[in-house]
Amino acid sequence: MMVSDYLAVVVLILGAIFFLAGTLGLLRFPDVYTRLHALTKADNVGLGLIVIGLGITSESLVVAGKLLLIWLLVLLAGASVSYLIARAALHKGIRLWKR
Amino acid sequence: MEALSLLQWSFDGLLGLSLLWLAWQALVCTDLFKAVVLFIAFGLLMALTWVRLAAPDIALAEAAIGAGLTGALLLSALARSRVIQANGESLLNVPLAARKLQFRWLVAIILLIVAAGLGYAVLGLPPEAAGLSTEVAANLTLSGVGNPVTAVLLNFRAYDTLLEMAVLLLALLAVWSLGGLPQREAVTDPVLDSLVRLLIPVLILVSAYLLWVGADAPGGAFQAGSVLSAAGVLLLLAGWRLPLRLAQRPLRFALVAGTGTFIAIAVLTLISTGRLLEYPPAQAGTLILILEAVATISIGVTLAALFQGASPVHKEKQ
Repeated sequence: MMVSDYLAVVVLILGAIFFLAGTLGLLRFPDVYTRLHALTKADNVGLGLIVIGLGITSESLVVAGKLLLIWLLVLLAGASVSYLIARAALHKGIRLWKR
Repeated sequence: MEALSLLQWSFDGLLGLSLLWLAWQALVCTDLFKAVVLFIAFGLLMALTWVRLAAPDIALAEAAIGAGLTGALLLSALARSRVIQANGESLLNVPLAARKLQFRWLVAIILLIVAAGLGYAVLGLPPEAAGLSTEVAANLTLSGVGNPVTAVLLNFRAYDTLLEMAVLLLALLAVWSLGGLPQREAVTDPVLDSLVRLLIPVLILVSAYLLWVGADAPGGAFQAGSVLSAAGVLLLLAGWRLPLRLAQRPLRFALVAGTGTFIAIAVLTLISTGRLLEYPPAQAGTLILILEAVATISIGVTLAALFQGASPVHKEKQ
């Protein structure tokens, strides 16, 4: 294994931790808004780290570029969709969670 | 190597168990919205399963049609059935009948018989069989394309694809002839609007790419068409409606173009080579590309029209 492989493994594990944390938040947080908050961390940062990790080990720049494009698309869709879900929830009258 | 195969085994096992669990949950769930979401999740895992089975063509189709478009259709049907319920008529009393015990037993017995028959058929298969894949590989050079799946779908068994196109068209005709429901007012929203503006060109590009790459790699008319229809669904969700001057003849032309071209080429090949849809090998590549391009547009428009439900012209009359 080369240095870049070790680096990729570290980044991939970091990304997996973000996904785990996001999933835990989705299951354990009290209302739809806080759950969305947890989910976007997994989608944005977690997927970003995994894309970086896979990009390091990918054999060509084309593959790395495709991975990057996937991440950008997910960023765009994830941010917009979580806004739309939150807005729909607000319109439906779901109140913000208070301790 | 040993550890890797163990990892793969456990991943595949987990995938299979999740599929069964999701399917069961989607069936027994009484909240219909939850059931639809479970069905979409099932479709995504099913796509992943096809990838694990080294069938990327089916995985693409499953993700785009099975999870994506069917999910959108189910969600829009659900929203409309709620509109009907709000108007005092109830459509959704079916679960009551299904809960009767003797009915359940009947279903269980029928399913057991089907499962036994399927199991018998699967066990009766030879353990190692190439099927027809060697014949496809041997004739691939004559087909005009490099991807064996496309060669089967658009050349060797093009007749099946012709019928599939006709089925899609018939489905839309059936939906249109039902008259449809009043459309819900689309929500306008600046974020949704700019998302749609960014995504539509990307979706059209991906659709064209899938269509072109289908000749040599996984992809093809149905995948490209469903990506195109996703663009249509997004536009409809964002409140865009087909201008009336396009909703009459141009729309109908786009809908029947795929099936029409297929039938025209079938007739032409019947006259020139004497056999239905047997292309001359020299022109096969071009013919398949034309067919797939027209079919992509027709599939995309048909699926988007199915999502909208009622015929746009019909709506204007009301």
